[in-house]
Amino acid sequence: MNWLIAIFQTMLFVLLAPLLAGWLKWCKCHLQNRKAPSLLQPYRDLLKLTHKQPVVSEQASWLFVTAPYIIFSATVLAASVVPLIAVDLPTSASADVIVMVGFFAFARFFLALAGLDIGTAFGGMGSSREMTISSLAEPAMLMAIFTLTMTASTTNLSGAIAHVLNEGLILRPSFVFALFALILVAIAETGRVPVDNPATHLELTMIHEAMILEYSGRHLALIEWASQLKLMLYGVLIANIFFPWGIAETFSAKALGYGLLAIIGKLALLAIFLAIAETLVAKMRLFRVQEYLSFAYLLGLLGMLSHIILEASR
Amino acid sequence: MNIEQTDFYTQAILSMAALVGLTSFLMLGQGRLLRLIFVFALQGLLLTLTTALAAYSLNNPHLYISAVLTLVLKVIFIPWMLRREVMLMNMHRNVQALKNKTAVMLGGASLMVFSYYVLHPIVQTTSPVMLNALAVSLSVVLLGMLLMISHRQAVAHVVGFMSIENGLFFAAIVATKGMPMVVELGVAFDVLVAAVLFGIFFLHIRTSIDSLDVDLLNRLNEVDK
Repeated sequence: MNWLIAIFQTMLFVLLAPLLAGWLKWCKCHLQNRKAPSLLQPYRDLLKLTHKQPVVSEQASWLFVTAPYIIFSATVLAASVVPLIAVDLPTSASADVIVMVGFFAFARFFLALAGLDIGTAFGGMGSSREMTISSLAEPAMLMAIFTLTMTASTTNLSGAIAHVLNEGLILRPSFVFALFALILVAIAETGRVPVDNPATHLELTMIHEAMILEYSGRHLALIEWASQLKLMLYGVLIANIFFPWGIAETFSAKALGYGLLAIIGKLALLAIFLAIAETLVAKMRLFRVQEYLSFAYLLGLLGMLSHIILEASR
Repeated sequence: MNIEQTDFYTQAILSMAALVGLTSFLMLGQGRLLRLIFVFALQGLLLTLTTALAAYSLNNPHLYISAVLTLVLKVIFIPWMLRREVMLMNMHRNVQALKNKTAVMLGGASLMVFSYYVLHPIVQTTSPVMLNALAVSLSVVLLGMLLMISHRQAVAHVVGFMSIENGLFFAAIVATKGMPMVVELGVAFDVLVAAVLFGIFFLHIRTSIDSLDVDLLNRLNEVDK
């Protein structure tokens, strides 16, 4: 039974991810006085891409063709670790947050390799930029997550969320810092506006799009889907770690339904904030990204320090 | 004592202390003047919130007056005045990159540790919450000084000076549960007078060296070379 719910939750993750991307685009379009595409547009795009024949360069090795499948499945595995509508599921019990970060790193490694594989200038450039950014973002993210796990004294996400949930409303200075750090890292890792612009193929500053420029057809669909999934994953992490109220603790249909409604509401709200931020903020120069990420790291570190200094028992 | 066992007021004060400390760090790393002034106003707002919180939970109505004073002076008036000066002198386009930002930030972090170290003996006589809040306010004072040392623009020096005052004010609210009204009024007007005096200083520095970059003052000589 528990496994069924776990599988259902992961399916939900995978199916809802394009909807979140569509909602984000919808909000952004309305904020910028543009006519918005339908909320279902990302699904249509994915469907259309799967029908098209993928075009693969003659120079491509086997890696280029297998990379999309590896990336997608690694991201789905990472999604199965994160509690979406219920805590205490067997999938999240079997792997902790460090494994999740490991899955991300695994997917990114193959994405960067695929970008390099074709040997175009853009692919290599995108890969090198992606690796630079991720090497700076990962410590900041782990720092923010460790603040949480030190409070809950477990690295298991599900256990940590249950801990926050059962503790009730406690204002922790360390969580404020960790929240800001995680938001900054999430923006950098999912390639949103101040760091990378997901909506363009025309700039020399692109990062994620540069790597996947050579992909087409179902390969492109899988990679796009994986990046939508990653966006949702970060959204769920932020929503469920810091505002876990509403998530199901028992496996009754009613609790699960409430959990689903709660997470959809939280994600919709987060997406609105993200859309506002993307509308207000201009894209950063590439060489300022390290300042941005070191600020995220500083926040994470301050969160950790204030956990140790301000909150620890004496 | 764990944070779970403290009351909501203490948790809120601790969070405020952490955020005030963060704004000090933000000011330290800020090269642009307008943003520096904005963060300064943000710190003033946090102070206002802390004061109002203290007034509410300690049931001490005269603290509301000091919250309003803080709001008017440190969130609205002084930032507005500084902003106007910057705009008038056309310095807002001037991105003054800090010379050695990393070293300054690291220095700031070590100052924070230092203030904990200095205040640690107090833990025997008072509650740990007090120690934390006092340490943060001491580090805000020290970071303000560091800001004055590391930045070159005179406007940044004024912001540093005012943030030193913010640190003292925070300590006063948290530690004494509100100073006597006379003292608060006196300090508030001191700050006001200081702000006006600084405005006049800006004018004089600018007419004498045609810039607000204080490094240029080194070039002034008694004798012509």
